[in-house]
Amino acid sequence: MKTYRTHLMVCAGTGCVSCGSLNLKDRLESELKDRGLSDEVKVVITGCNGFCAEGPIMVVYPEGIFYKKLSPEDIPFLVEEHFLKGRPVEKFLYTGSAIKEKVPLLKDIPFFQYQVLRALRNRGLIDAENIDEYIARDGYAALSKVLSSMTPEEVIQEVKISGLRGRGGAGFPTGLKWEEGRRYDSFPKYIICNGDEGDPGAFMDRSVLEADPHSILEGMTIGGYALDAHQGHIYVRAEYPLAIHRLNLAIEQARNYGLLGKDILGSGFDFDISIYPGAGAFVCGESTALMYSLEGKRGMPRIKPPRSTEAGLWGQPTVLNNVETFANVPAILLNGGEWFASLGTGGSKGTKVFALTGTVSNVGLIEVPMGTTLRTIVYDIGGGIPEKREFKAVQIGGPSGACLPVSLLDIEVDFDSLDKAGAMMGSGGLVVMNDSTCMVDTARFFTDFSVDESCGKCVPCRVGMKVMLNILNRIVEGKGEMEDIERLKRLGHHIKETSHCGLGKTAPNPVLSTIRYFRNEYETHIIEKRCPALVCADLIQFRVDSEKCKMCGLCKKACPMEAITWEKKTPAVINLEKCIRCRSCIQACKFGAIE
Amino acid sequence: MAKLTIEDLKRIKEEVRSATILREGGFRAKINIHMGTCGIAAGARKLMSVVLKEIEEKKINDVMVTTSGCAGLCSREPMATVEILGNPPVKYCDLNEERMKEIFVQHVLNGVIVEAYALARGSETTY
Repeated sequence: MKTYRTHLMVCAGTGCVSCGSLNLKDRLESELKDRGLSDEVKVVITGCNGFCAEGPIMVVYPEGIFYKKLSPEDIPFLVEEHFLKGRPVEKFLYTGSAIKEKVPLLKDIPFFQYQVLRALRNRGLIDAENIDEYIARDGYAALSKVLSSMTPEEVIQEVKISGLRGRGGAGFPTGLKWEEGRRYDSFPKYIICNGDEGDPGAFMDRSVLEADPHSILEGMTIGGYALDAHQGHIYVRAEYPLAIHRLNLAIEQARNYGLLGKDILGSGFDFDISIYPGAGAFVCGESTALMYSLEGKRGMPRIKPPRSTEAGLWGQPTVLNNVETFANVPAILLNGGEWFASLGTGGSKGTKVFALTGTVSNVGLIEVPMGTTLRTIVYDIGGGIPEKREFKAVQIGGPSGACLPVSLLDIEVDFDSLDKAGAMMGSGGLVVMNDSTCMVDTARFFTDFSVDESCGKCVPCRVGMKVMLNILNRIVEGKGEMEDIERLKRLGHHIKETSHCGLGKTAPNPVLSTIRYFRNEYETHIIEKRCPALVCADLIQFRVDSEKCKMCGLCKKACPMEAITWEKKTPAVINLEKCIRCRSCIQACKFGAIE
Repeated sequence: MAKLTIEDLKRIKEEVRSATILREGGFRAKINIHMGTCGIAAGARKLMSVVLKEIEEKKINDVMVTTSGCAGLCSREPMATVEILGNPPVKYCDLNEERMKEIFVQHVLNGVIVEAYALARGSETTY
């Protein structure tokens, strides 16, 4: 491979691609060529860098300079200044929200400082479409170690020592699952990677698949060896075209190198992988439903036992793990289970990848040691709440998860402590909410999602969730009664206890957790018929408080119905006959004058 | 394509790693070639080519090459600064390809400052 003095790592995760990072690459290459720098400076397309809020992103090595929010028009100037004359361009450098100074180097940016990259060990450092660059970062070294010097039992033992638990949400110990899968003497066996990421606001699996597809292939092949399985399937959402594209490329490259197929690395072990794009049903992320879907049947969960490890895909022993779980496997086998277990808490070892979204400054993909506090995640990594708003809650675990209040900010995030708080690790969606969020409405949103996505097989989930949604709709419309809170709680517990699959068993969590931590908001909605966050349109009066009104006229400009009368030096007045309750005026008002 | 053996895998790793290691830090030495307009006009680009060629041929993977703008002493260009990390940087002036090569071997690889071409200790600030 040719030596260049500088590598420009242009982020091409879905986030940065949608902001135009591929145009950047073309412009960079043509500009470097015009300047005669093509032999000195190389442009590399990488997977998601993680700091999606600042995209499109480019990192310059060897210095490690972090450029943000670049556009193709910036490129000629940047190339001349930095790559020709050696002067990094200050205006494209990162500026911290707390410290107003420019932070030139990636390693000094707080967003990156608190992270520990294990599953994402190659993010932003390799060309995701080039197997050689993966190999250069110890890629397939774990597989070659396993195939040349370890028995399947030793592999399973190492995974057990690591304490790795399933990263898809439930947290089942991976080593134990593999051991179960190995125990049954029925062939063929299958290994499945679950990339049917469906939680609102979650994009961990997509980013791993886009940034480092070979780590999944390697992890699955090692799993196949441990189980004595020779076929793997990756079930991935059809809505992830870039991930599917890169997986296809990766599989083709691995086959060309003989790292998939017959007699891998001369060991005599055969293994191959195929991709199955899912059709978009949330329930197909549930393992048994996923397997039915793979078989071409309707995706619906079935009663366990038998567990999938005994009778899964086509009735054969099958081990299914999440994308992030597989991404951890090569690192565990290469560095040892004890290395992995050296990070984390008592029951949760290693790290966890989170998709940090919502009203937080630094939206992006992060990986932190298990046991990191929510406060560190939201404030140190996330940079806090923008626009001088207050933190209200963090929603963790998607529709199966919970909303945790400010009093739980110091909770150490791991499987057990979240469980205790009535929440759930889930797959790693972390949505931060500020004080303009109504918790009743949030619970209603997630319940609505669960109702939409319920497969309909069992009554508690199909009917129970619908009844919960009706009650919540009643409350946000101002027709709630105090008994509704107890009804919701009772029904929620029944659904949790009697639902068929993991999704139904957790679907009431958003409602139950908001009642537990934000009961006063429910009460305000029911008793005072008022929505404190001014979200639930039916409970807003749409009246201007003339004392708070600064007579600026912004509300009048925002109103699409011309329902607001305002003249200079007089408070605005809303004409309720024309008002369609769209809330545009509330969002426009900087003084909170509309009630 | 022929199927890989474990040895092939190791070979690919070593080859590609030496070309990509600059993304990972952990450098022993830093060569800064001054690329202001004056430096470029005086032939700084040739120095850059020499350095990159040496690194590629000798399979060096712990030397970082970077550029900087005009240091203010245009009459003594082309210039370069060599820093063995942990030691003060040394600025060289009036360079050409042969001298750059000599500095690379003597100072960067063997750690002996080539006093004949040295201007001073110290350097302007770069990242």
